[in-house]
Amino acid sequence: MSQASREIPAAGPPIVELEGVTKRFPGVTANDSVSLAIRPGEVHVLLGENGAGKSTLIGMLSGLQQPDEGRIKVDGQPVVIRSPRHALSLGIGTVFQHAMLVPTLTVAENLLLGGPWWQRPRKDALRAEVDALAGSLGMKVDLDSIAAELSLGEQQQVEILRALLRNSRILILDESTSMLTPAGIEELGGLMRRLVERGLAIVFITHKLREAARFGDRITVLKLGRKVGEVAPDRFRSLDEDALIADVVEMMFGRRSGDPEETARQTHVVEAGARPLLSVKNLRLKPGATSPGLQSISFDLHAGELLGIAGIDGNGQKQLAEVLAGQIASEGGSVLLDGAPVERLSVGARRDAGLRYLSDDRLGEGTVGSFPITLNLLLKQIGQPPYWRGGFERNSEIERHAVEKIRDYDVRTPSERTPIGRLSGGNIQKVLLARELADGAKVVIFNKPTYGLDLANTLATRDRIREIAARGKGVLLISTDLEELLQLCDRIAVMAGGALVGTVENEPGARAQVGRLMIGVAA
Amino acid sequence: MSAQVTSGAASLSPAGGGGSAALRRFGLAVGPVLAALALAGLLLAALGVNPFEYYGYVLQRGLFSPSGIQQTLTRMAPLLCIAAGLIVAFRAGIWNLGVDGQFLLGAVTAAAAAPFLVTLMPVWLAWLVTFVLAMLVAMAWSLAPALLKAYQGVNEIITTLMMTFLGTSLANVLVKLVFLDPGTTVPQTRTLPVEDRLPRLFDTTISGGLVLGLIAIVAVHIMMTRTDFGLKLRVVGANPNAAIHAGLPVPWLTVVVFALSAGLAGLAGAVDIIGVQGNVRADWNPAYGLTVIPMVFLARFNGFAAIIYVLLLSVLSIGGESAARRLGVPNHFTLVLVATVLIVLAIAEYIDHRYQQARRA
Repeated sequence: MSQASREIPAAGPPIVELEGVTKRFPGVTANDSVSLAIRPGEVHVLLGENGAGKSTLIGMLSGLQQPDEGRIKVDGQPVVIRSPRHALSLGIGTVFQHAMLVPTLTVAENLLLGGPWWQRPRKDALRAEVDALAGSLGMKVDLDSIAAELSLGEQQQVEILRALLRNSRILILDESTSMLTPAGIEELGGLMRRLVERGLAIVFITHKLREAARFGDRITVLKLGRKVGEVAPDRFRSLDEDALIADVVEMMFGRRSGDPEETARQTHVVEAGARPLLSVKNLRLKPGATSPGLQSISFDLHAGELLGIAGIDGNGQKQLAEVLAGQIASEGGSVLLDGAPVERLSVGARRDAGLRYLSDDRLGEGTVGSFPITLNLLLKQIGQPPYWRGGFERNSEIERHAVEKIRDYDVRTPSERTPIGRLSGGNIQKVLLARELADGAKVVIFNKPTYGLDLANTLATRDRIREIAARGKGVLLISTDLEELLQLCDRIAVMAGGALVGTVENEPGARAQVGRLMIGVAA
Repeated sequence: MSAQVTSGAASLSPAGGGGSAALRRFGLAVGPVLAALALAGLLLAALGVNPFEYYGYVLQRGLFSPSGIQQTLTRMAPLLCIAAGLIVAFRAGIWNLGVDGQFLLGAVTAAAAAPFLVTLMPVWLAWLVTFVLAMLVAMAWSLAPALLKAYQGVNEIITTLMMTFLGTSLANVLVKLVFLDPGTTVPQTRTLPVEDRLPRLFDTTISGGLVLGLIAIVAVHIMMTRTDFGLKLRVVGANPNAAIHAGLPVPWLTVVVFALSAGLAGLAGAVDIIGVQGNVRADWNPAYGLTVIPMVFLARFNGFAAIIYVLLLSVLSIGGESAARRLGVPNHFTLVLVATVLIVLAIAEYIDHRYQQARRA
């Protein structure tokens, strides 16, 4: 802790500023022209769902990644943060979501790592420094315990201490509360307050609104890579917790004025007594290490209907899609497709029966990036005639099929033989649409179909989804973008903790209702 | 690794990047070999051997003399079968490094079965049954790594390597204790009479096994690049998640790949025994697998390129043996040469990668 940093008055000039920072990954724009300032004496909350671009932003601040456009200023000077070591030397310390301590070393050894290799580790100096620092901050740190034996909260304290020992002026805490007990979260909140009182700047990343409201001074809301709003400290202080949360919910899920995505929705009326196209009853899956599993999911989907599944990412939506598609076996429950049970069928048989699944992980599982478009279009039909005869592939048929689909779905590509991994996200999505909507589709499951797409492709994809429903197919639309669901769906079911916690008819007022269900405030 | 595999596969399709890309690929395949020859030449010079004399001798004895070329082509037979087995596995993203154990068990099976079977049935049928037996035994030896990989996700590099150590030892035990020829004092199996071995090609000493080897590798190449089954294996190799998403039975395909790969290694053993060796002596382990693996990598898992590299390896090992005796260079210098090629290839790959990145940026 340097003497100088303590003298900086609260809310002085920003230490770090981001100006129009954009970062793209193949097929995804992770940060789209984001600007924000990080000031001393403030807990700056970065709020957003998974995929909102928080991690990428931290990656750029901590020197792991470089922005494609825009610049980062430190103390008013534009700087290229070359590496994590460089970031540390600029005073930017990061505590990552998962502990980064060497589990077999003691706390003291962990704190001494990264010192100059030609010097003997200075344990005694460290002890004095840590005692002073920890004492004044009310932290309890035992330098001689083995890192692996500490609780997650204690490990985090060690990491914070490590950042402070390197004279950090900015402390970035990435989803630091996600592994902590409620008491640990309170403790961390108190520690953050004491740190900012000494003139530090803290960037606190979370997707939990309550924590943001309790511990923050300023909130920046990110959504799909874009900054959609900011609550400045004076406004922050003038609101009580519930009003503040309402404010932020509005930013996260609210309507933007002059929204180019805005279109009129045509309501679809389901005939009373009609047999549902897809009927899911008591579908169950055990919780996994990182997923909540499925808790007795039941719903009906009718022909021509668009049913949305809303929820914060990671509440079992992907598992639901994969169980329905047959990629993972359920632990019970039934799935009727057009009246016929499909829950015991293989992925291929379900597809043949008309159940189609568009994965959100377009390059990870939807396609084989190094394979040409021709083969990716047929990835789920390998060996089927007329493209294969007697086991041998028939190039002319395969190519004709690809040329046709490329034309019908307006895929922009140099050639049908281009490896699909070279295409943009929007064009990969078009190939996937072409593959999944091919003849015989009855029910189509979309998982985050517009995630990472630019506006034009987003609109084109949504048009395609509407068109599918209009042709009398059933659409299950999983999305974390409430705006998208409100525009497209007839009904919106909300998923939390692996269960459907409520279904809302898409009528005026649905927005607020769904928003509340999503964040678990109250039904 | 998988990117390499599939870029190799993509290049087989007619429409590609055009002439300059083809030239680049050719340069990447041949350049490292030439550079490695030059580097190894410097090493020879440092040892006090004239590198031109050495290479000349290798070429002379391995390629240009009638007996040399015949020996070289005969040596290729088992190597090609092994290469075929490796291509199946590597293209499917499975690193079967246990081919030597599978080869030896196939060889011992063949050496035990063939002399016995030829007394019972027509010789062609005896060969056929021997081949099938050798393949089955080798497949059985790969079953443990296959099941562990398919259903438990256990790393097959570790398991196949461990099984190869066990396999070579088991082969030895079988030779010394079970299939011992009572008629000789040296521990070895009974010997298949020369007239019952695979026919020689035309009027040469080249073993007919060469034809089998060529058929095996070409068949594997066509299977992997042209058939639906091969495509399924390539999908599993290039992106296992996509394979699951597309509904492919990944565990089952994994077991099949192991069986094919090991079966071809076992076939290699049988081809070497029935074609050339006639018996298995105790402690015999030519370690063909370990020398073929680099060749298959150099060939980018392409069957036709693998034929050329296997030929190169055979020339080097046959010619190298003579040159070593004649010029006093250690016999293992062939391995040094192969290793140099691999290192230079890795460097060339790295430089090319950086160059491509720089060009795109």
